[in-house]
Amino acid sequence: MDSVRFSKEKLAADGICAFARLLTGARALWKGTAPAAVQRIYYGNHTSHGDFVLIWASLPEELRVRTRPVAGADYWNATPLRRWLAHEVLRGVVIERTKTDGGADPVAQMGAALDAGDSLILFPEGTRNTTDAPLLPFRSGIWRVVAAHPDVECVPVWIENLNRVMPKGEFLPIPLLCTLSFGEPVRIAPGEAKDAFLDRLAGALLALAPPPS
Amino acid sequence: MSPEMLKLFAGVFGVLVVASAAGAALKRRVARGEPHGTIDTLNARIGAWWWMVILLGVAFAFGKGGVVVLFAFVSFLCLREFVSLTYTRRGDHWALALAFFVFLPLQFALVGAERYGLYSIAIPVYAFLTLPIFAALSSDTTRFFERAAKLQAALMICVYCVSYVPALVTLRIPGFEGGSLLLIGWLVLVVQTSDVLQYVWGKLVGRRRIAPALAPSKTVEGVAGGLASASLVGALLAWLTPFTVLQAGAVALVVCTMGFLGSLVMAAIKRDRGVREWGTTLEGRGGMLDRLDSVIFAAPVYFHLVRHWWEP
Repeated sequence: MDSVRFSKEKLAADGICAFARLLTGARALWKGTAPAAVQRIYYGNHTSHGDFVLIWASLPEELRVRTRPVAGADYWNATPLRRWLAHEVLRGVVIERTKTDGGADPVAQMGAALDAGDSLILFPEGTRNTTDAPLLPFRSGIWRVVAAHPDVECVPVWIENLNRVMPKGEFLPIPLLCTLSFGEPVRIAPGEAKDAFLDRLAGALLALAPPPS
Repeated sequence: MSPEMLKLFAGVFGVLVVASAAGAALKRRVARGEPHGTIDTLNARIGAWWWMVILLGVAFAFGKGGVVVLFAFVSFLCLREFVSLTYTRRGDHWALALAFFVFLPLQFALVGAERYGLYSIAIPVYAFLTLPIFAALSSDTTRFFERAAKLQAALMICVYCVSYVPALVTLRIPGFEGGSLLLIGWLVLVVQTSDVLQYVWGKLVGRRRIAPALAPSKTVEGVAGGLASASLVGALLAWLTPFTVLQAGAVALVVCTMGFLGSLVMAAIKRDRGVREWGTTLEGRGGMLDRLDSVIFAAPVYFHLVRHWWEP
């Protein structure tokens, strides 16, 4: 392994991780599993654009370099800086969230990343949750990806407080401590139906949420 | 560094070496390497003091600027812990941004610029007026008064009071020129010693609990013994200060009493929020506020005592 590799992408990645820790503490609680070099889909509750950065920053570095966040093209391709961050620094799988004719198929893009041996960070709600409900209904993409890759573990990650750090529509983040609870991995059963699997995923994620205050 | 400062650090260093050795021996002999609540807490505390001494030493080496920057960062960590445990809403976003990015840096900049007339009122007057205005402009009235008051209290405890520690460096005491960093060293040492001695006395002879609902380990005997013996330590360290031995003992008694009462108040806030510790900033040693609650309440009182009676 080439241990020391300087590049502006590596520098930016380290900078983003350091910034995320200074801002939020990025405290990871491995409740249901341990950080391990197993191929996984980390899926979480989506409240802010910073969500996947926080999951990504809280992983140990040897796992982080093999883990690719799935990001929405409408936001992350919108400016040259965001595009550079999403593609080069975070090595994101940038997908179209709305169906476009002739565009790449998101499920195929995520499948290709898994085939290459990488893990994914995914937000199955598809959009940021600004309602009072703890979770929005999951979209079916994760089921289609996992059905085609049944050996991949789905690890629920409940992110607490990040919606307070950067509410939708604000650009200035507030420094508040965030915790990430990593739960017990969920695996798809042979032939498991879409709704049953999505229900199990949502249940495993909600089980990590703290009681409302 | 002055000879007094070197002696102070050498002394603290020696005490910590002995404490670390004792902690390691206890872990080996009594706990036999197994997890052991009391001994592990003790060792974690000793580790936290090492960090405290090292950071203070580095800051002292840079003089006033170093101390101001160190405590500005400490204040940031405290405010982050406090606000994380406080109820806020989206409508508080701009008030929170002002607290973190305007009033906190402003307070420490004014301390660094030695503008006592401004830093003594910037938060209790101007922040207290400004922050509720921004919260009101968001038109969100849900639990409004509670949100506004809690943010004001957060700034008072985590920024205003903390800033009085570096403010000690700005005091000009005749015959004590260049020694004002020692005022900080003496304060932190005496108040932290008081915390430890209250615990030790409580373990040895503690009977009657003072406030069972919020601090089950604090007893009348422990607190009385701790305050008395820490005041004695403060008196014996009078050579670090502009005080006589008697004065040092009296000032030590005042700051240790404020420290004890401060930790009671902070314990009450933690109980109210249903948590045992403020955070995990110092991994395994609780949050920054857990370690500094007593210093925070003692610092402004100590500053004003010295400013009133020792500064012309």
